[in-house]
This record gives sequence, structure tokens and C-alpha cells, in this order.
Amino acid sequence: MSALPTPAAQNGHAHAHPQARDAGPDHPHDHTHGDDDEHAHPAIAVHAPLAATAEAGPAMRVAGLTKLYGRGCPDCIATTGPDVETNACAACGTLVACANVSFQLQAGHTIGIVGESGSGKTTVLRALYGDVTPTAGTAHLAAYRDGQRSIFEASSAERRRIRNFTLGMVYQHAWEGLNLRISAGGNVAERLLAAEWRRIGQIRERAAGLLGRMEVPVAWMDDFPAYFSGGMQQRVQIAKALANGPSVVLLDEMTSGLDVSVQAGVLDLIQEIQRDEGVAMVVVSHDLGVVRLLCERTMVMKNGRVVEAGLTDQILEDPHHPYTQLLVSSINA
Amino acid sequence: MLTTSNGTSDLHAPFAEAPASPEALPAEVGTLEGYNYGFLDELSKKAVRRALLKGVAIPGYQVPFGSRELPIARGWGTGGLQITLSLVGPGDVLKVIDQGADEGVNAVNIRRLVERTSPGVATTLDTGAATIIQTRHRIPELPLRDDQLLVLQVPQPEPLRNVEWREAETRRMHAEADYSRMWVALYEDVVQNGRVTKYAGYPVLVNGRHVMAPSPIPKWDVPKLHMAPYLSLFGAGREKRIYAVPPLTSVVPLSFDDYPFAVESFGGATCARCGSPKTYLVSLPDQQGGGVYICSDSNWCDTTLAASLAAHGEACR
Repeated sequence: MSALPTPAAQNGHAHAHPQARDAGPDHPHDHTHGDDDEHAHPAIAVHAPLAATAEAGPAMRVAGLTKLYGRGCPDCIATTGPDVETNACAACGTLVACANVSFQLQAGHTIGIVGESGSGKTTVLRALYGDVTPTAGTAHLAAYRDGQRSIFEASSAERRRIRNFTLGMVYQHAWEGLNLRISAGGNVAERLLAAEWRRIGQIRERAAGLLGRMEVPVAWMDDFPAYFSGGMQQRVQIAKALANGPSVVLLDEMTSGLDVSVQAGVLDLIQEIQRDEGVAMVVVSHDLGVVRLLCERTMVMKNGRVVEAGLTDQILEDPHHPYTQLLVSSINA
Repeated sequence: MLTTSNGTSDLHAPFAEAPASPEALPAEVGTLEGYNYGFLDELSKKAVRRALLKGVAIPGYQVPFGSRELPIARGWGTGGLQITLSLVGPGDVLKVIDQGADEGVNAVNIRRLVERTSPGVATTLDTGAATIIQTRHRIPELPLRDDQLLVLQVPQPEPLRNVEWREAETRRMHAEADYSRMWVALYEDVVQNGRVTKYAGYPVLVNGRHVMAPSPIPKWDVPKLHMAPYLSLFGAGREKRIYAVPPLTSVVPLSFDDYPFAVESFGGATCARCGSPKTYLVSLPDQQGGGVYICSDSNWCDTTLAASLAAHGEACR
């Protein structure tokens, strides 16, 4: 039982706190303010035409992202990929998790990555978040040194700051993103504490606001997420990912483990956040329905390569690559 | 009647002449033959000194060192002892404290070992007369001077151990100054208990950079480390780590703005033996099931008592 009162102001109203991000102390790492004006208006549709925000510039630019597991050899790239349907190099056995993945993500927009298991979707996300060190490639964030330097060149301390302040991650499994043995509020507080918030009252207010926004009952704030349902755990994860007002949020199969009705609820919330906060998102999913709902643009990956990329509607209506055609026909069937 | 920590039951007799000078404590035993000066071999002492220099250069950073075998068991002060043995030389005066008292078995044995293997090193109970003070879990009440060295024995040098058991991960956290999980532990403590409940070994931020375990000293002693004029050296023999707080270095306990750090409160109690109003007190149960508080620092208590008895004697005369 908590010894502290729960902040009363936020009682689970989902829309009550569009300004909650500004409630805390001013900290210099809040990179999202610049984009707010442009995206705050709810009238901007989820599928906004790209040109409408093009002048905001890309929030993230990824080029040539490659991750090899193994010693590597000159033949690795040539002997793997969707054409030969393998990730393992024939010459040296190195596993090519992903190779030459490039994309741009406009501020406030969402890009989807779809593909089967082992296609390298999650590796791309983990490399961007810093869980995995890529073998080659660059990733520029507008919020890191004005996009002048790849985040892969950053020192480990800088990388930690980028991870804490500029990026947010929602993992497929809640236990990867949450410490299930500390309270839901504590999990959200971890990010605020990393941003040097040092007043418990303020931290709790902000955490309660975020959890309320995610429709986690604020009365549960001091309970352990280990006791929460899967859907509730994912909501806590999203609240945690959004705590420091990141400019890019990475979502890894966040609805895969949930049943369909809970999925719908979580996806609704993500759409709302997208609309209200103007956060750019990378959504990894094997579910084309999720991508259709959330993403303007989509990349299709197979055997570590991007086989097709473009507007989601185009890819789903008029798939060019045989694998994409198979993927689309399998859900339409 | 109260018993002093050094086993004397008569309050008056031993304090009529307080042991003020190092000569007052005669060497109990002779020097052992066949051992190198300071028990450790010269290379081992050199390695410890190198680790100390590195520790001083990076305040609060835990420097690994090759902890040597000693005739006392690991976990009984071997880290502090190796520092002491590496630093003592003829002319040094050593004081050893065990939880505030000079006459704990461990303190006596450590003192005896140094005495037996390091000719020319005197020992003392007097805080003011010592040049090196090796201590377990207390910092003396008498403010130390810049010409004194404080050597603390450390059982667990890693302040992050409770939130992260993997050594590689705690090293990464220190390297990246990623202390959010430490802070979350404090947050959870406040949320569950209404305050930070940690007493001994309260985590501190040293020089604005490294979170450090100040060894299990009470919260009472933590503010003494902040901007202290003397050099504090920390040795963990079992865990093979050495770290340091150089003179005039900031040592700030981790705390929240709305739940500030506070030292222990004794509800206005004073020492039942010497009457000191502002020292760290330990409780002493009495026959009636109640209890009294006395100073934890036996030398402070003895000195204060001797001074007040002397003053009392003057008044009577």
C-alpha cells in the first residue's frame, strides 16, 4: 500500500492532459517543443499527405543499416537475402540479420516495418534504440546535434542520453521494457529521474498524468506491473516511453501478445498520441492490419533486406514484390 | 554502573590521566622477525598505492586491485588494512576504530598486526594524535585535520549492487553516469514508506559524477565527508576495490527536493556517560527494561568525560 496520496487531478481521463509534458521542470532535453505547433491540431488526419509536413524535415534518417552476427566475409551480402531465401552466409556462416536498411521518417509521421519472423525488423529497431550495436550504417536524428552526426558515432554516455531523452521504446514483451518488480509509477518515474527530476510530488503528478492518459487506473500507480494484464502492461510501457517527450518512439510488435479487443484499444490510444503529441513512430509488426491503421509509409522486409517500400496504401493495394503479394494475399484470403 | 568500551568499570580511574599522547599506549608486543615492513611485500604495497593514486584522481571511482592474503579473514577489514599497511612508515601514529570503539577485538588485532610488522609505528586511542585512522563504520566525532588520513573498511563497495547484480552492468552504469535505477529505488522507498529508509551506507554522489557507497557509516557521518579537509580512502578486501574522496571534494547524499536528506535524530537524548549533546548515540539497555544512550565514539566519550571530571575537580578544589 502506498504511503503517499495519489495525485487527484488525473483520474483516468484519456484526453485530459495534452499539455502534461510541460507540467514538469524545464529541462533542456525536451526536443519535441519545436514540432508541437504543427501537429497539435487534431484536424490533421492520421494519413496526412507527406508534403504537408515536409518542411519540418526528417526526424530520423537511417542509411545502410547493417547488422552481422559472426566474423563476416566479402561474400556475406551477396550470398544472402530474399532471392536466395537465407540469412546465413554460404561462405562463412555469418548471420546477416539486416543489411542496407535505409529510410527517412518525417517529424510526426509513422513508418511501418512488416515482414515474417527473422526478417530483421526487430534488429533494425534495437539497433536504433541502442540495444544492438550495428555493424555498419548511419542514423541521424534531428534532435541529436541537428542531425549532423550519426547516433552510432556517439559515445556511450551520449547514446544513453539519446536513448533517455530523444527515443522511446515499446517492446514486444513487457518484461523487456519494464521492471516488473517496481511499481508502475516507478517505471515511468525512472525516465523522469534520468532527466533529473528531483521532486517526488512533480514526478508522481507527471507519472499519474501519463498513466491516466494511457487509461491505466491511477489508483494502480503504486502496484507492480507483474500483476497487470498484458494489455495494461503495454499501456504502462507506452506511458514510460512517452515520459520525457521523445521525438521518435519505436514500437516493436506491441500488440502481438494481446487479444483482438485489447489490441484495438491500445491501437486507438497510439493513434491519439500520434495526433496530439506529434511524435514520430517506427512501428514494427507482422500484422498488416496494424500497419494499415497506423502508418503512412511501410517497408516490407524479408531475409534482412527491404524488398519493398512506399505508401502503405500503395503497398497493400498494389504490391510489386512477390513476397509482398504473398503477404497481402494471405490476409485478404 | 556503565562500562566503557575498553572494559574498565571504574569511571574515574582511567580518565584521571587521559591518554593524550601516543607514548601513553605502550607497545604490547615485540616486533615479529622475518616479515617485510608492513607485512605486505613491496610490490603489493606499490600496487595498492597505485590504486590509491588512481582513486584520488577519479573521486568515487572504484579501482580494482589485487587483494592479498592477510592473517585476518576477508571481510574483516582486509581492504582497509592493506591501505594502512601500504601507507604506514616510521613516525606514523595509528588509530583503529571498530564501530566507534577502539577496543573491539578486530580493532585490537589490526592494531597489533601493524605494530608487530612495522617498527616505528606507534598506536593510539587519541583521535587528535593519530596520523592514520583506520575505521569500520564510523567517522570520529572530533573533526579531522588535513594532515590526517581516514581509511575506511568497506564490505560492499558497489552502491548499485541492490538494484543491479551484474558487475558488467554496474560498471556500464557508472561509466555512463546512468543512475536512474538507483533513483527509482529511492523513489520506491519513499512511495512505499513515506521516506528514504536507508540508514547505514547512504548512497552519495561524489564530485558531481560517481555514485559511491560511503561504507556502512551511519547517515550521521555522511555530511562529514562533504568538503572534508582530509583524504578519505576506502578499501574493500573481499571485493578487491579501492576508492577515495580527496580533500575538499563535494559528497552529496542522493535525496529528493521534497524529501531532503536528514541525519538520525535521537529525540533530544544526550550521552548518559559524558553528557555530549551532539554525537552519534547508541542505545544501551538497562536492567529495568528501559535504556540509555551513550556515545558511539568511545574516544570522544572518554575525552569529554575526562575533561568534565577535571573541570569538576578544579571546582571542588
